[in-house]
Amino acid sequence: METTSSSLPLADKPKPNYLTASYGIKSWLLTLDHKRIGILYIITLTTFFMMGGVYAALIRLELLTPAGDLLSSEAYNRTFTGHGVLMVFFVLVPLIPATMGNFLLPLMIGARDVAFPRLNLLSWYLLVIGGLTAASALLTGGVDTGWTFYAPLSSRYANGAVLVAIVGAFIAGFSSILTGLNFVITIHKMRAPGLTWFRLPLMVWAIYATSLIQVLATPVVAITLTLLALERLFGVGIFDPALGGDPILFEHMFWFYSHPVVYIMILPAFGVMSEVISCFSKKAIFGYRIIAYSSLAIAALGFIVWGHHMFVSGQSAYLGLVFSLLTMLIAVPTAIKIFGWLATMWGGSVELATPMLYAMGFIGLFTIGGLTGLFLAAMGLDVHVHDTYFIVAHFHYVMVGSAIMGYMSALHFWWPKMFGRMYPKTLAKVAAVLVFVGFNLTFFPQFVVGYLGMPRRYHFYPPEFQIYNVFSTAGAMVLGIAYLLPLLYFPYSLFKGEKVGANPWGAKGLEWETASPPPTENFEFTPVVTEEAYAYAKEGEPVVH
Amino acid sequence: MWETLFRDFSFLPEQASEHAGQVDLLYFFCVALTAVFTVLIPAVMVFVAIKFKRKSDDEVPKPVHGSLPLEIAWSVIPFVVTMVLFGWGAVLFFNYSSPPPNSLDVHVVGKQWMWKIQHPEGKREINQLHVPVNQPIRLIITSEDVLHSFYLPVFRIKRDAVPGRYQTMWFEATKTGEFHLFCAEYCGTEHSLMIGSVIVMSPEEYDQWLQTDDQDGSETPVAAGERLFSELRCNSCHNGAGGNGPSLDSLYRTRVAFTDGTNAIADESYIRESIVDPRRHTVAGFGPMMPTFQGQVSEEQVFELISYIKTLGVE
Ligand code: HEC
Ligand SMILES: [Cu+2]
Ligand SMILES: [Cu+2]
Repeated sequence: METTSSSLPLADKPKPNYLTASYGIKSWLLTLDHKRIGILYIITLTTFFMMGGVYAALIRLELLTPAGDLLSSEAYNRTFTGHGVLMVFFVLVPLIPATMGNFLLPLMIGARDVAFPRLNLLSWYLLVIGGLTAASALLTGGVDTGWTFYAPLSSRYANGAVLVAIVGAFIAGFSSILTGLNFVITIHKMRAPGLTWFRLPLMVWAIYATSLIQVLATPVVAITLTLLALERLFGVGIFDPALGGDPILFEHMFWFYSHPVVYIMILPAFGVMSEVISCFSKKAIFGYRIIAYSSLAIAALGFIVWGHHMFVSGQSAYLGLVFSLLTMLIAVPTAIKIFGWLATMWGGSVELATPMLYAMGFIGLFTIGGLTGLFLAAMGLDVHVHDTYFIVAHFHYVMVGSAIMGYMSALHFWWPKMFGRMYPKTLAKVAAVLVFVGFNLTFFPQFVVGYLGMPRRYHFYPPEFQIYNVFSTAGAMVLGIAYLLPLLYFPYSLFKGEKVGANPWGAKGLEWETASPPPTENFEFTPVVTEEAYAYAKEGEPVVH
Repeated sequence: MWETLFRDFSFLPEQASEHAGQVDLLYFFCVALTAVFTVLIPAVMVFVAIKFKRKSDDEVPKPVHGSLPLEIAWSVIPFVVTMVLFGWGAVLFFNYSSPPPNSLDVHVVGKQWMWKIQHPEGKREINQLHVPVNQPIRLIITSEDVLHSFYLPVFRIKRDAVPGRYQTMWFEATKTGEFHLFCAEYCGTEHSLMIGSVIVMSPEEYDQWLQTDDQDGSETPVAAGERLFSELRCNSCHNGAGGNGPSLDSLYRTRVAFTDGTNAIADESYIRESIVDPRRHTVAGFGPMMPTFQGQVSEEQVFELISYIKTLGVE
């Protein structure tokens, strides 16, 4: 994008950037700077991710053998619940919007900050408080309901600190709602002059669609969890039939939120893909508008497919039909995106830098994750694979394979922007390949063992399923190491990494026009945008339509 | 050790019903579809990465902003393919939920952490389901406490056991042998021990098995229901002759009209609801006088009452 601002004067005299503008813990904990808040989120989510990872390691170790020899059943159940609650509510939901979105959104639209910086800081505190509340529940009493909190198990039968965990998730929900609101208003009101809707980077479109879901869906889970708490505390009959309630109602309410949540995780990753792929192909995105619209289409459709989780639950078969049909339709906007990215790469000038490797890994894993979703949307087939390891594999391909790959791609792409230094590139590429290999080794065998009939959340399992679990555990070790590598080389690069200029990748987008790291106020002058997004081709060159 | 591990290596569970074969067919179709794209898409990426590798930093590729034919192609093809999957999956689902009329009704109650099963001949068992081969079996499933799910992988079927509701599914085994029975819906501490087996026997063996008298299960559900019907004084109102309640003769599977103008088919779920939650509907022409038996009868006893009511007025 051509703008009136220029990064040249910044390069000449060392002006303070957002990192050096002030020092000390207080300057971070009370910061209103969206970039610092983004960093706070990165640290927070990495911590929760590592906790969730420890739980995952325990699960995989336990499942190495069919007998429950490492943990008691009770401890095992608490382990997978802890893994699910932390990873879903405290890592994946906020992952890309809260970290990358916070850091990048104002930069990408040429704004000084988000619309409500104080609210933004409050959102971070809410997530931390929610996370600590949930973590305390997990560590003290433990929760053994699964992250789905199905009633009446969670409301009347489970012991353990269910209420505390619910309160934690509830608080985190508000963090999500407020962040969403903040972003929607920011995108509406604070775009730089000339930055029309259809000049926005697709990452901004994706964040916009995600924020809408966050604002609209999260209140429903808050209500659901409140009702659950009422039943648990006071015996108000809402979900337990023994009290006159209906457990299917809980499932409806829960999935009304928790299906859109998948898109809260995946849409921002789609956005990252568009940025990274266009940059490392040096080419405008193929079908910009249709990709932008497909984000909105996915967000909208995502609200009306929740019943695909309930084909065998007792929901009416005709309702099931509708949900099956609508779910199938999501394949269309999804396919549009994937083929759009491939077409963008085609004929480009392709560089396999680390972010691009993650992006290609994303496309590979998401293809499998998305297509196996069709198995589950086909009702008669879902009857067999529902609640087996097939599902576990599927949603890990989508939520970890894709969302985390997207996040890693983003982190490696914008890291030099955030800190003005480059990480060790070769090591990073090795890690990217290891993540891909480790991931597939961990989760692919789970499709097979799932189809063979191994139910999920099984502490003991029949011995004939062992071989697949051995592979899975081996893969998890590779994956664990692959995730540890960035934890080492990123901090290292902060001090020893090669210094980079404003735009080390030769990328387009306003964020690359300001210094790396950017100054607190983001831009010296308000940028004025005069061209489309991803204008990699030189000015005046004939454009093929 | 590796040898024993690999001995079990396979990609499909045994197929012990026709339905299982049909589900596998759809599965193969989906696997093939996935395989095609999982090979094709990475292949394109690898090709692109090699063919269009960046040669110099000031290389500027020609932008292509879109192509209508391509975009239409990759919207329409996925649409058509997914509609095929939708239809195919729906047909299988309706097959799994519509039992043939000659099915044998077996009652299943889940509770933390066991399956209690009762056969129409009166035999009861726990965590085991004995059935004759080549005979459609309809399972009527419920739960006493939390959600469970009755899962028989060799038939490719499962159904959640939901407290307060009856759910049904059916199968017809085509192969004798002993196969897994799992609880598939997480239900608390010993969820993974809530397992058992389905034992498919030849009709002769099954008859023999029915004869073996090991437990209290000799009374048929119908007989037990009849006994309960008078013990609980249902017959004081439902006696078909001037009692306060409607006659229950030939009630099963007929349409019942309610005072509020709505109506319903009197299936097992409806009769169950009439017993444990009679205030939900009141039969037209009657007052809301039926007392609730919630908490006074166990799930098994409700089953027995229903089995008995189903026989009333039927020759
Ligand atoms: C005090 C009298 C009374 C007793 C005792 C009683 N019922 Fe009823 N029952 C009624 C009345 C009145 C209705 C119709 C009004 C309604 O639907 O609530 C009814 C309705 C029913 C229905 C629905 C009938 C239809 O035509 O739809 C069933 C089934 C039933 N009762 C079963 C039982 C069983 C089983 C018992 C014993 C466990 C029992 N009742 C005990 C009075 C009684
Ligand atoms: Cu879903
Ligand atoms: Cu269970």
